[in-house]
Amino acid sequence: MTSTLRNQAIIAGVAESEIGKVPGVTGLALNAQAARRALDDAGMTPGDIDGLVTAYSVAEPYFMYGTVLCEYLGLKPGFCASMTMGGATGAILLEHAAMAIATGRATTVLVAVGENRATGLTRDQAVAALAAVGHPAFEAPYGPLIPGFYAMIARRHMHEYGTTREQLAAVAVQARRHASLHPNSHMKHPITVADVLGSKPIADPLRLLDCCLISDAAGALIVTSPDRARDLRRPPVWLLGAGEHHTHEHLIAAPSLTRFGARESSEAAYRMAGVGPGDIDFAELYDCFTITPILEAEECGFAKPGEGGALFAGGATTLEGRLPVNTHGGMLSHAHAGAAGGLLGIVEAVRQLRGTEGERQVKRHEIALVHNEGGIMSSHGTVILGRERR
Amino acid sequence: MDLPLPAVTPETAPYWDGARDGKLLLQRCLACRAVRFYPRRTCPACWSPDVEWIEASGRGRIASFTVIHRPPAPAFAGRVPYVVALIDLDEGPRMMANVVGDRALEVAIDDAVEVIFEARGAVALPQFQRSAR
Ligand SMILES: [Zn+2]
Repeated sequence: MTSTLRNQAIIAGVAESEIGKVPGVTGLALNAQAARRALDDAGMTPGDIDGLVTAYSVAEPYFMYGTVLCEYLGLKPGFCASMTMGGATGAILLEHAAMAIATGRATTVLVAVGENRATGLTRDQAVAALAAVGHPAFEAPYGPLIPGFYAMIARRHMHEYGTTREQLAAVAVQARRHASLHPNSHMKHPITVADVLGSKPIADPLRLLDCCLISDAAGALIVTSPDRARDLRRPPVWLLGAGEHHTHEHLIAAPSLTRFGARESSEAAYRMAGVGPGDIDFAELYDCFTITPILEAEECGFAKPGEGGALFAGGATTLEGRLPVNTHGGMLSHAHAGAAGGLLGIVEAVRQLRGTEGERQVKRHEIALVHNEGGIMSSHGTVILGRERR
Repeated sequence: MDLPLPAVTPETAPYWDGARDGKLLLQRCLACRAVRFYPRRTCPACWSPDVEWIEASGRGRIASFTVIHRPPAPAFAGRVPYVVALIDLDEGPRMMANVVGDRALEVAIDDAVEVIFEARGAVALPQFQRSAR
């Protein structure tokens, strides 16, 4: 019995659904579209799939989303789960798929996540979703707004470390530039630091362009046993390490406003992979707001505490920089649809590792880190992926 | 549309009863003495169910804050811009509230604040204002 997931699973296929505003298409259909495309990418057929893991849908709030998606796709797997870890769900699903494969519970697992968050919410659902923000008794009555929670984290970072509005804005500008080079991104027109600083105030210090998009989107991965590596249409991408960590749900219960569980989740992933931050060629960091990847870059060891803002503003994280980050444009510009945003970071990492991304392709692409985060920096999942087994 | 009311449960009812009497009540664990927020039946430090309620000083300092410009629901539209803050109480726990009253929008991290109570429906909601301290 193995105690590590290193080299125990490979990603055989990845895909996105149509992205942006996709009216008249259900979230289940977006999941199915991404799943079919991922299966095709892998060179497999539906009969190869014996496991499915997925997330949840705010727009289509089925009680048992996993079995609903199986039913929709006509799958009758021996392993199935739906998980609700907010934005952290994607990376954690990949970890759980690998656990199922490593323990022989499944051979080939479909990971599919997405929803029609842009066009599928009724007005009542949208109002209810907003009202559900924060602790129902000790936060929500104060009208905090999701960006407001992250704004309080951003302000504390600015207070302790001198992080600036311009550094936050640099994250958004870079994301948009990267998205402009992606054929399937939601937002492509270029923006400047001045555009971000001049956009509509939402929750000070965060403005509209500091906030992620709301998209219709789904992403899918085909995760399989390394035994299958030779049968695939494309070279496999190896799962080298995975870690998760959970410290709180509500911001009033967070142990700190500047130190979160991404440190522990990334350290666990590094340990499993046998690599360190200096070995990572590029990273896909969860970017629900511009402050988020700054915090994660620090916690994943790419910058010292307090120096994440300078890392982004100094250009190190652009496609040409020493550590490209969010090479597809992230949730700020590529797509954000519930838990799909994080999973789409994994899709992008696999494509970059394969080296197929043309104008957007990073130069060094041996090892990538993807970090997903859910709640208010509450739940964290980190995966490390490699082009070769290690 | 009315401003949202807190969900009051049997676990938290003494907190809201206290607020109606103008008191900010906190729980202290009888086993490990940890003061906790929000109120609950199990101590998150030691899992003891044994607890006492203590009256807080009502004083604290701003750990961080935001000014909300986009109302999360129509009911908040008449209030924007308003301050949502995390307050570190002198007794230790951190809570959330609005900063209201004089010069609320000029609030800064580390500012001293003190509790007041906002009547909302049948509930008194703890809020904070800047203190002279
Ligand atoms: Zn205790």
